[in-house]
Amino acid sequence: MTRPRNVIGKPRRRVDGRAKVTGQTKFADDIMLPRMLHCKLLRSTVPHAKIVRINTSKAAAVDGVALVLTGESFPIPYGILPVSHDEHALCPDVVRFVGDPVAAVVARDEATADRAVRLIDVEYETLRTFASPADSLAYPEPRIHDYGDFGNVHKAVALQFGDVDAAIAGADHVFDDTFFFEGNTHLPIEQHATVATKDPDGKLVVYSSTQTPHYLHRALSKALAIPAAHIRVVATPNGGGFGGKSDPFNHEVVVAHAAMRLDRPVKIALTREEVFYCHRGRHPVLMRFRAGVTNDGRVTGLDLQTLLDGGAYGSYGVASTFYTGALQTVTYDIPTYRFRGCRVFTNKPPCGPKRGHGTPQSRFGQEVQLDKIAEKLVIDPADLRLNIVQPPDSLTANFLRVGTIGLADCIKKVVERSGWREKYRKLPLGRGVGLACSSYLSGAGLPINWNDLPHSGVQLKLDRSGGVTVFCGATEIGQGSDDVLVGIVAEVLGIEPFDVRAVTGDTDLTPVDLGSYSSRVTLMMGNAAIQAAERARELIADGVSAKLDIPKSRLVFADRRVFDSEDPDKGTSFREAVCMAEAKFGTIGTTGSYTPPKSPAKFKGGGVGPSPTYSYTACVVEVDVDPETGWVTVPRVWIAHDIGCSLNPVLVRGQVEGGVYMGLGEALMEEQVFRRLPAKLSHALVHKFPSILEYKSPTFLDMPEVFTDLIEHPDPVGPFGAKEVGQGPLLPIMPAVANAVYDAVGVRIDSIPVTPEKILRALEAKAAGKAPRSGPGAFPEIPWPETLHVTPPWAGGDGRADNDPKRPTHRKVDAGIEAKAAGMTKEARS
Amino acid sequence: MKLRLNFSVNGESAEALVDPDKTLLEVLREDLQLTGTKHGCELGECGACAVLLDDQPVLSCLVVSHECEGRSVVTVEGLTVDGRLHPLQECFADLGASQCGYCTPGILIAAKALLDREPNPSRDLIREALSGNLCRCTGYQQILDAVEASIVRLGEGGDQK
Amino acid sequence: MMRLPSYRYRAPKTVQDAAAWLAESPGDTMLLAGGTDLIPNMKRRQQAPSTLVGLRGVTELAQVDDRDGLEIGAGVTLSALVHHDRVHARYPGLWQAVGQIATPLLRNMGTIGGNICLDTRCTYYDQSFEWRQAINFCMKKDGDTCWVATSSDKCLAVSSTDAAPALIALGATVRLVSATGTRDVALTDLYANDGMHYLTRRADEILTAVTLPRAEGWRSTYWKLRRRGSFDFPVAAVAAAARFDGDRIVEARIVLGAVASRPLEVLAAAARLAGQTLTDDLMASVADDAYTLAKPMDNTDFELVWRKKTVRSLVTSALRELRGDDMRAARTKLARHPLLVIS
Ligand SMILES: Cc1cc2nc3c(=O)[nH]c(=O)nc-3n(C[C@H](O)[C@H](O)[C@H](O)COP(=O)(O)OP(=O)(O)OC[C@H]3O[C@@H](n4cnc5c(N)ncnc54)[C@H](O)[C@@H]3O)c2cc1C
Ligand code: SF4
Ligand code: FES
Ligand code: FES
Repeated sequence: MTRPRNVIGKPRRRVDGRAKVTGQTKFADDIMLPRMLHCKLLRSTVPHAKIVRINTSKAAAVDGVALVLTGESFPIPYGILPVSHDEHALCPDVVRFVGDPVAAVVARDEATADRAVRLIDVEYETLRTFASPADSLAYPEPRIHDYGDFGNVHKAVALQFGDVDAAIAGADHVFDDTFFFEGNTHLPIEQHATVATKDPDGKLVVYSSTQTPHYLHRALSKALAIPAAHIRVVATPNGGGFGGKSDPFNHEVVVAHAAMRLDRPVKIALTREEVFYCHRGRHPVLMRFRAGVTNDGRVTGLDLQTLLDGGAYGSYGVASTFYTGALQTVTYDIPTYRFRGCRVFTNKPPCGPKRGHGTPQSRFGQEVQLDKIAEKLVIDPADLRLNIVQPPDSLTANFLRVGTIGLADCIKKVVERSGWREKYRKLPLGRGVGLACSSYLSGAGLPINWNDLPHSGVQLKLDRSGGVTVFCGATEIGQGSDDVLVGIVAEVLGIEPFDVRAVTGDTDLTPVDLGSYSSRVTLMMGNAAIQAAERARELIADGVSAKLDIPKSRLVFADRRVFDSEDPDKGTSFREAVCMAEAKFGTIGTTGSYTPPKSPAKFKGGGVGPSPTYSYTACVVEVDVDPETGWVTVPRVWIAHDIGCSLNPVLVRGQVEGGVYMGLGEALMEEQVFRRLPAKLSHALVHKFPSILEYKSPTFLDMPEVFTDLIEHPDPVGPFGAKEVGQGPLLPIMPAVANAVYDAVGVRIDSIPVTPEKILRALEAKAAGKAPRSGPGAFPEIPWPETLHVTPPWAGGDGRADNDPKRPTHRKVDAGIEAKAAGMTKEARS
Repeated sequence: MKLRLNFSVNGESAEALVDPDKTLLEVLREDLQLTGTKHGCELGECGACAVLLDDQPVLSCLVVSHECEGRSVVTVEGLTVDGRLHPLQECFADLGASQCGYCTPGILIAAKALLDREPNPSRDLIREALSGNLCRCTGYQQILDAVEASIVRLGEGGDQK
Repeated sequence: MMRLPSYRYRAPKTVQDAAAWLAESPGDTMLLAGGTDLIPNMKRRQQAPSTLVGLRGVTELAQVDDRDGLEIGAGVTLSALVHHDRVHARYPGLWQAVGQIATPLLRNMGTIGGNICLDTRCTYYDQSFEWRQAINFCMKKDGDTCWVATSSDKCLAVSSTDAAPALIALGATVRLVSATGTRDVALTDLYANDGMHYLTRRADEILTAVTLPRAEGWRSTYWKLRRRGSFDFPVAAVAAAARFDGDRIVEARIVLGAVASRPLEVLAAAARLAGQTLTDDLMASVADDAYTLAKPMDNTDFELVWRKKTVRSLVTSALRELRGDDMRAARTKLARHPLLVIS
């Protein structure tokens, strides 16, 4: 039954477009309920201290104050990862960064709460301030948390796939580079907000700007000790998320508690400064890349070390740490690989997942190092990469199963469109081009809480009105998940998107979808939606076939009709068709679900990186650098993205351009940085500028022209062949900018952001005959744990660590993996 | 003591009894339930709260309520006339100019003010006129395209009347 | 949301009333013009006046008189100035400066008077009350240490007005009116190089107008450095104006912005320009003077050493533009702004 598509692939207005342009989309702070109270948090003004005393009496006495809360009311910790439940809604005993919530006031209106919260008096006993990873490595005591690998090291991991030392030693060239990627944050324009209320039955309802209602649901249940079945979490449309609304947050727990206690709706709407304290953004990462390379530019082995400044809490940090080492091999053919990553705690807002989660930092290092390799070996950087693109349908050295790969096409596309061959190393001084590539997951292969349950569920309700309602836990954060959901259902059932109503992100009404993170929604929800819609189509086809006596196989669903493909006039309206099915089967409802395939990686840490399929991107950035000041502007960007299939090209283009935008912000100006006042005078460690004015996000006038191309080779595992687009296109921008700066003025900026100060410093160094570079010095000594040795697939590995103590003595080799590995590697590894 | 305000909002006269310390943004959202106007900083640094005040686009987060007496305010809710969307709204919805939609009301207001004054602006002029509004989602290109498309629609007489 | 503290609001119709009300308690009464500086500062509790005297209704402050030179009422909005044909035609330096202030939306609100009186800025100061509490405050407000230079006995907050350097370069004077009288002062004398007491205006005085002399024979320009094409305050700027006789400069003024607590005149170098034609060497020597004078501190965006270095390049660009070099491409790159179009 293949037929031309009516919805999928056609540029069209997103289903929620009208609501957005009329101001009718209800964001969390737009919810106003009768008798609603307002909450304000008191946040710590010291970076690290014991709470000695809190005096709330003055606040409680303010007219209009309904409730004052402190850590006593929140004894149960929670957190996003099961291995780091280290947060309390209000700090019970220790504060760990300036901005850590200590107390809360609930009052008649926000102004009253604001006034009262300022009257709370907290006495602190200060502890050592840990301002940087160097501090945290140097001083194991006092510990910021009483858990973690050792001292103030939260997590240290070491994995090795094959004999990387021999591979590097045996290479023609060894490249050893250190890079630094400064932290940055999501800066959604909507500040987080939450409204909690007790419903008339006495159950808790929480409306929140969260990307992950399911995880918030779990966290609330734990932290408040209320059965999950008695909590309803509704994710309101997010005014941007980018990963910043993926953790359960203090304010959500606090207002939920307050609403239950007061039996009144309670709202909290954070200020911009507080959003900077919620953070969970890009980790600052110091990294060292040691690569062995052959004369023709092939990588024989890569030895990567990363050091992450995690901030004050665990958040997604363990996953982030692994992600800094996960995707190198998915992009390029790297037969032997060692990855060691370390995340430390510091007294700053916690880092976590931001668009690209953990991978952009090391992507930057790898792509700049490849540029250096190309330079040294006198190979065009595009050709160098084309030569080492990871082969499709392969298993990487670290056991990631890779399916379709459109990377070579992406590279060729941007090379052609940008005029790369005429520009690279040929533009006049001050102008340059740079190229970089990337890959990204289309959804994490493993859930956060390990279990065998589906990652996404979709339910469909059809009734005699002819209307279709689709239910899914997925969350609309601007990316267009509602549109994808509706578009898919409409396509399968041959109706218009306008005929479909989506109910999403509501734990009472919708089946679980794990949330809008890791670029998982289109692929996972999409597949679940196809399954649910196809099941509904089956039922309808049965009904119509019986009633109108048309063989089922000849029925076509299109144009709001169900008809005989051989006699299109013979058929019925979709509405009638649903009635026929309902008459035959009773009430019509179907479900669909999606669970990703199991990963062949069985070693500890192998849970981070697997995905049903990966997207690929290549870009060329052009820069203009003033050699006198280092002032840098970006006039043009060309980007090609391997999307598989573009479900709604309007949305896809928006994601690509939005990714380029955010990438340019990170590349050129965005920094989440801190001020440590002179230690002799003060303990203070503060966010340097928690404001949307001083945290620099590019404006209309700073954005270059972007030329976008989509590479569409449908992927067999994606819905209609689609892969992700929300994160991948951001990743190559930062290294491409740095590479372009080198092409323009001949200096290496090995740290992000690429600022005019750094460029000028490097130019001055160059003029003085020193290394023409601005970047970090040596990578510190880190007491790495024992390395897990995993034999790569091409050498017969089974996905387990050789030195895994739990390893069955008799090595049971998965024959399929073995055969595949052998097949893919024979010529390549000679 | 509350402040009694009489002003015109989206073409209708409005009377409100408000906390005198409030800004226009707070009055619109909290006292008049016009939540279409957004906020991202309340300090003049993002543009999300833009409204037309006596036909000029301004930041409602910086306007004290006292100074609204007798004046006319237009918010995103007022762009729709007789149930028909403004061509800018149509084009924004059609062309992907609104992703999360949070910056959209402010940008629509700034764009409308521009087109009211200058019916045929260049792309550079549109860029400049919207440069007081931040958007974190779109990368701005689809917004520029949408404004340009709406110029064509307006030129074809496709306005709301 | 950030909320305003409580305050009392008064709306005079005349300068006289405004001056009288201001005189009642000049210590904790402040004038409110466009509010784009004062309202954020109040929300952050940097300034906490108990009374605001709103100047919006004082119509006499909203006039522009361009019959002889230019007299701009303090209440004239920045947008009105940008759209004023004569400003564009005769005082391009002022037009360029004002056109690059903040954003179009803020320019619709902000006034020239407010811009001239703009509070000095510092990244240790332009922060919420709680943030400042976390550093135990600083000398400018509620504390006693200057964190920018802990041994400094005065505040080093930065003069961040874009219009003032341009106006000073064009020879501006301002009128100050109080309940007890009126005085005119050269705009340059309105400023003091002190981050806390940056204006010589008395607390009971209202700035009512700024006046520019006729511009025949003058060329002027303004170069502003900031991170983005919009929103950002200057981190370094130069206004230059010169009266030419043919190729030869008769008199010149060069004023630096955002590198001290006041707009900084580069007096000696400007004097050297008199009677000269602008050669590359001469421009370099002027740029050197400016470089030496500029004292940026670590309290704005960008690193201070780099800001200081860029002063040379900014001054050279400005002088080249005065000379008649085509600087459009360089300007567009630096400003990230076409500057040919301003809404
Ligand atoms: C995000 C943002 C970006 C900005 N960027 C820039 C920029 O790039 N360049 C720049 O120069 N400015 C910038 N500003 C500051 C401000 O918008 C302008 O300086 C504006 O011109 C201030 O004028 P106003 O009328 O709004 O001042 P107000 O806030 O009303 O007043 C400012 C100060 O002047 C006093 N005052 C006002 N009028 C008088 C008077 N007639 N007599 C005596 N005192 C008076 C007030 O009491 C107050 O102390 C920015 C502001 C924001 C919020
Ligand atoms: S310069 Fe010093 S005293 Fe002045 S505002 Fe900044 S830190 Fe405070
Ligand atoms: S809310 Fe950001 S400018 Fe008004
Ligand atoms: S569409 Fe999300 S901020 Fe603009």
